[in-house]
Amino acid sequence: MRETEATTEARRAMEVCNACRYCEGFCAVFPAMTMRREFSTGDLSYIANLCHNCRGCYYACQYAPPHPFNINVPQVLAQVRAETYEEYAWPGPLAGLFKRNGTVVSLVAAAGIALVLLLTMALVDPRVLYQSQVGPGAFYRVIPWWLMTTLAGGTFIFSIVALVMGFRNFWRDTGGRSDELTRGRPLAVALHDIFTLKNLGGGGGGCNDRDEAFSQSRRRFHHAMFYGFLLCFASTTSATFYDHFLGHVAPYPFLSLPVQLGFWGGIGMVVGTAGLMWVKIVSDPAPAARNLLGADYALLVLLFLSAATGLLLLGLRETGAMGVLLAVHLGVILALFLVIPYSKMVHGVYRSAALLRHALERHPTPPPAGTGPTDRALGSAA
Amino acid sequence: MPDFSRIWDVLVIGGGNAALCAAVTARQAGCSVLLIEHAPKPMRGGNSRHTRNMRTMHPEPTKVLTESYLEDEYWDDLLRVTGGQTDENLARMTIRLTHDALPFMEACGVRFQPSLSGTLSLSRTNAFFLGGGKALVNAYFATAERLGIDILYDTEAVDIRMDDGFVREVVIDHRGFPETVRAKVVVASSGGFQANHEWLKVGWGEAAKNILVRGTPYAQGKVLRNLLDQGVAQVGDPSQCHAVAIDGRAPRFDGGIVTRLDCVPFSVVVNKHGERFYDEGEDVWPKRYAIWGRLVAQQPDQVAYSIIDSKAERLFMPSVFPAIKADTLGELAVKLGLDPKAVEKTVAEFNAACRPGEFNSTRLDGCRTEGLDPPKTHWARPITEPPFIGYPLRCGITFTYLGVKVDENARVLMDDGRPCANLFASGEIMAGSILGKGYLAGFGMAIGTVFGRIAGREAARNARN
Repeated sequence: MRETEATTEARRAMEVCNACRYCEGFCAVFPAMTMRREFSTGDLSYIANLCHNCRGCYYACQYAPPHPFNINVPQVLAQVRAETYEEYAWPGPLAGLFKRNGTVVSLVAAAGIALVLLLTMALVDPRVLYQSQVGPGAFYRVIPWWLMTTLAGGTFIFSIVALVMGFRNFWRDTGGRSDELTRGRPLAVALHDIFTLKNLGGGGGGCNDRDEAFSQSRRRFHHAMFYGFLLCFASTTSATFYDHFLGHVAPYPFLSLPVQLGFWGGIGMVVGTAGLMWVKIVSDPAPAARNLLGADYALLVLLFLSAATGLLLLGLRETGAMGVLLAVHLGVILALFLVIPYSKMVHGVYRSAALLRHALERHPTPPPAGTGPTDRALGSAA
Repeated sequence: MPDFSRIWDVLVIGGGNAALCAAVTARQAGCSVLLIEHAPKPMRGGNSRHTRNMRTMHPEPTKVLTESYLEDEYWDDLLRVTGGQTDENLARMTIRLTHDALPFMEACGVRFQPSLSGTLSLSRTNAFFLGGGKALVNAYFATAERLGIDILYDTEAVDIRMDDGFVREVVIDHRGFPETVRAKVVVASSGGFQANHEWLKVGWGEAAKNILVRGTPYAQGKVLRNLLDQGVAQVGDPSQCHAVAIDGRAPRFDGGIVTRLDCVPFSVVVNKHGERFYDEGEDVWPKRYAIWGRLVAQQPDQVAYSIIDSKAERLFMPSVFPAIKADTLGELAVKLGLDPKAVEKTVAEFNAACRPGEFNSTRLDGCRTEGLDPPKTHWARPITEPPFIGYPLRCGITFTYLGVKVDENARVLMDDGRPCANLFASGEIMAGSILGKGYLAGFGMAIGTVFGRIAGREAARNARN
């Protein structure tokens, strides 16, 4: 990780925080901080990705602006976090996509929709877009099966590779070794933290979603979105299984497994993304990193559209609107898969990695001599 | 702009813990309450903004407190640090009521956490606030708003107009405009005068100018002065206060906890002439940090320097300011602005006087000097291994003890011993009634919370009559 204005400011903040430590009970960031005295850029990258942006530490901070120390941990860690996405992006030349990321994501979304529509018209008779199609294989009369699977499979595999490479870059840069990845207990702890969003709890009482008051709304909306996304993913997987192994050809009936998974997942995503946008809109802007809002909103809108177009398609699939809706829905999904490694989506990878790193730090193997925790039992009492 | 022609049941002056406890308690008892806070909203909360725990009596372990801490032990601890300069009746009552305060605090949204890293020695006695004092203040203000207490920021009490122990009205400065507030009862919770260097001079002389104020710059003591000038009984000595040794590079105001330095027990501390002046290893730091503010303030130019070597570098929590390092002692002395010859001589004498022993940073280890004046009685190890590290020390004042005298109902007393008809006090402004000298970690919040609640209760009772 390179040294930047944001890392320098984050280091200054961490040095103030490390001499204070009042926020130790909020989340994983502060215990991770107390294990260090100096903060390399790798350490800051790790800490920044550990931060879930709950903002508890901002409202509790005696040094927050207008205090002359001007400490704003959530804001500066968000900035560092955004830089780490760029830093670890793979392949390297595409890192620039994280600059003005909101615009990039929006353009990719538009291009994805346009591309699928154009391909459909070019490869199939444009009239299918407006005619009602029903019965097995209806979708494939609009978009040929081979095109759908090639586009979906190709972009998906590419995204997975890019994310894995990003993870590897992060892991190396923050001082991780590959043999640590398989230690069972830390892995279980990290998975627990990931799936419960424990660190969005503000130490139990909730986050400062809007202002000094505590709430659980951000955490709940994120859960709705995240588990909704997983259900949608399961829906696609089960549909693939139906098609390849059972010989059932889409569209499937409403009460079938793929449609049920997709339906409830889609509802979760719509509710979750809309809720997260609402939280963002009403929240106090002071602890937010304003230059990153574009990227945040762009991804939320894209996720919202993925789910909303899917639900719409489900509702209208037996009408003449199906053709256009299918093309639009697949265009949005294509865009989503394309931008996964180059959007805020990557936070899932790096935050999970940081949580694993934190779990490893908390459950260390016997350390090499001289690097154990320092003895600070004689701290002061003021 | 509120309607200043109305009459409130209770006016609370101040916006820290003691003021908020009083306001919330009075409001819960059914009174209309106006709270005026001198600071603007982002800097509200007085010194409470910088606190982090409350010393709490408890007969059995709680969610965050280990073992038990009973009244007699608490009282003994207080007696020891104050050297008997306390009021046993008020002190014991305060101690007992800290236990009852916890449910009240939690109901007001204050949350607790186990003691912080570096403060394990306090895990039995002190309940730590999750997020520290500002989080506590936020919780109380949120509760106050929810209950319908009228709150004015940027509003200072200028004159408490008293007439024979009865407050008629209070002149305030509301965002630069003079207004008059009428209330049936007034609670003064406006802090000490520690941020008023002119007043500090009364007790400290010219040394006052080099005293750094750890907390809020709004503690000017105007209300206190105003009351004392009108015949309210005074307690305490103008030089007595809670003051600690902090990093000499701290800002003049509001530096808070990050300026604290815990290295003294593992160091040699010299004054500006490079000479030692006190036993650095007399006791564990939590029991000694509060005397070092005064010790440093008594040195020439009110400055001292703590010197360690690399062996001790990781034995204490870092202050926010970088350690000053050098490869030789002479070089370090120069960097600190000291005479290298004098420092080398002092350290050489100290090194020669260190007796062999088993060093242990976590307890009184008996590693001491012999034939040295003053001695160092624990953690004395020769300072020999570069890099050598130094920190400048100055006296950081937390709060002053000279205040108004109150009775066990938080009612302010007049010079002649008569109680005021409708004036109560809580927090630093009356802490001198219990703390004559010395300090016990977390006791300021104990006094503020307990007396805040009493003042609120009594104010409500008075307002209804």
